[in-house]
Amino acid sequence: MAEAVATLPKVRRPANSWEIWGRLLVVPYLLIFVIFVVYPVGYGLYLARDPQNYVRLFDDPIFFRTAINTLVFVVVAVNLKMIIALGLSGFFAQTRWWINIVALLFILPWAVPSIPTILSVRFMFNSEWGVINTLIFKLTLKDGPNWLNDPTIALGLSMMMHIWKSLPFWTLILLAGRLAIPSEQYEAASVDGATRWQKFRFITWPSMKGLYLTSTILSMIFTLGDFNSVYLLTGGGPADLTHVLATLGIRYLRLDQIELAMASIVVALPFVLPLVYVMMKRLSK
Amino acid sequence: MIKGWSLRKVSTEAQLLLVGIPVVLWTLIPVYHLFLFAISPRDTATSGRLWPKSPTMQNFEIVFGQKHFYLSHFWQQLGNSLLIAIATGALTLLVATTAAFAISRLKVRGGRTVMNLALFTYFIPAAFLAVPMYKTMSNYGLLNNRWAMILAMVTIASPYCIWVLKQASDKLPWELDEAARIDGASPLQLFRLVYVPLMVPSLVAVGTYALLLAWNEYLYGFLLLSKETDLPLAVALGNFLSADDSPWELLMATGFIYALPPAAIYYAFKRYMVSGLTAGAVKS
Repeated sequence: MAEAVATLPKVRRPANSWEIWGRLLVVPYLLIFVIFVVYPVGYGLYLARDPQNYVRLFDDPIFFRTAINTLVFVVVAVNLKMIIALGLSGFFAQTRWWINIVALLFILPWAVPSIPTILSVRFMFNSEWGVINTLIFKLTLKDGPNWLNDPTIALGLSMMMHIWKSLPFWTLILLAGRLAIPSEQYEAASVDGATRWQKFRFITWPSMKGLYLTSTILSMIFTLGDFNSVYLLTGGGPADLTHVLATLGIRYLRLDQIELAMASIVVALPFVLPLVYVMMKRLSK
Repeated sequence: MIKGWSLRKVSTEAQLLLVGIPVVLWTLIPVYHLFLFAISPRDTATSGRLWPKSPTMQNFEIVFGQKHFYLSHFWQQLGNSLLIAIATGALTLLVATTAAFAISRLKVRGGRTVMNLALFTYFIPAAFLAVPMYKTMSNYGLLNNRWAMILAMVTIASPYCIWVLKQASDKLPWELDEAARIDGASPLQLFRLVYVPLMVPSLVAVGTYALLLAWNEYLYGFLLLSKETDLPLAVALGNFLSADDSPWELLMATGFIYALPPAAIYYAFKRYMVSGLTAGAVKS
């Protein structure tokens, strides 16, 4: 019996012109993928193969500080941003003429490139000439804090910059999710005398928590790659104390230590890949 | 009693305003600060006033006239930004549309795998890929060539575009393809005469996405390009930081000019961008 099955010719669709064209048309992307993703990633991993690199990396005091900064950045900034976005999506779901205008203005940080606005904020917080300390001096006759020269404040301001830039995007995403909830559910709840909190707890949250979770994971992955909010605001300083993984890799690269740069990325993979796996599962359904 | 104005309603409106006003301030302050600097004369910009005593267009004149050391290649660099953005937009559109068509409509064998590879690439943080990409471009002999930046941006932009286009084209009715096949259309005719015309809104959305991504990009330009005359404007702006006594008012004026085109495009195509990209970005 098994033999009989084995001798049957394999049933295969002949490669007709449709199949041939299909293959031809994915070639451009596959070329890009092989030349600019497979080769770099493979070559990078090859460069990072020597265990000695990891010893050197862990011996670098900046690396430990960077790991902590990255963790704080990803956990605090992302969750703070998503909670604010969830709240604001409720605000923008209200129908008022003036809220439409606020919504138009609100997407401005997302619509403009990040470099000019980050540099604008950088100068606002300049301790000598910046407008913030000028105002503090005018009001209190005392010098304001040395904002960007204090590692804690500087990292905090980088997180604020990140939130400023990406809050509109996530608010729009969550707003789309909120507007998809049938309004009859809210009307029925109002008839039953539900409070605003009860409506959120029993109608809004149950239908949005999937979207909220997906958004949070995706935002965590993207935030790991946020180079601009840190580099252009603090430059990783003072004294290399505000680096995150995205800027540390580039710092090593600029110092011509590409093996360390790759090693710093490889050690992040055990944290990134599970998040990527979850996202792939969710998105390729 | 005025019709419709109960105490309860007033309190709701007040609460909404209590959210709306801080949101507007938070959003506008960095942008307004930028604008204020751009129109202020050199010495008065830092005074902390809400409106300059004597607003001026002088900073823009200096920028457009390239009358400062940092700005000696302003027009060339604006052109570089434009070239990189348009080339990235066009190439990404080509690569992503053909791939999405083959995967979604021609159902090419292995299409699902290609889609997953693209999705995986989309999830590699761009700053992580930048490190090996730098080395790769150097191996390919493309370092300090604007093509390096264009190709890198196409690599980063296309996975998301393929994914958005595939989602959109899966929704097109299958009968169209069957009718075209029965009429004896070739795959290319189906692509040109049926597929592309129906996909225009999504194509506009992803094309704009790739264009803006490249125009706004800083890191890859900063790594891959170094000759003054090759730099896009974004990197030239960052170079202002190399000295402590940078002319901030000129930096802000240049930044303002640089920020205008993407903002204008974004608002002009907002309809496409928001529906096309938010629908694609996160599927619950």
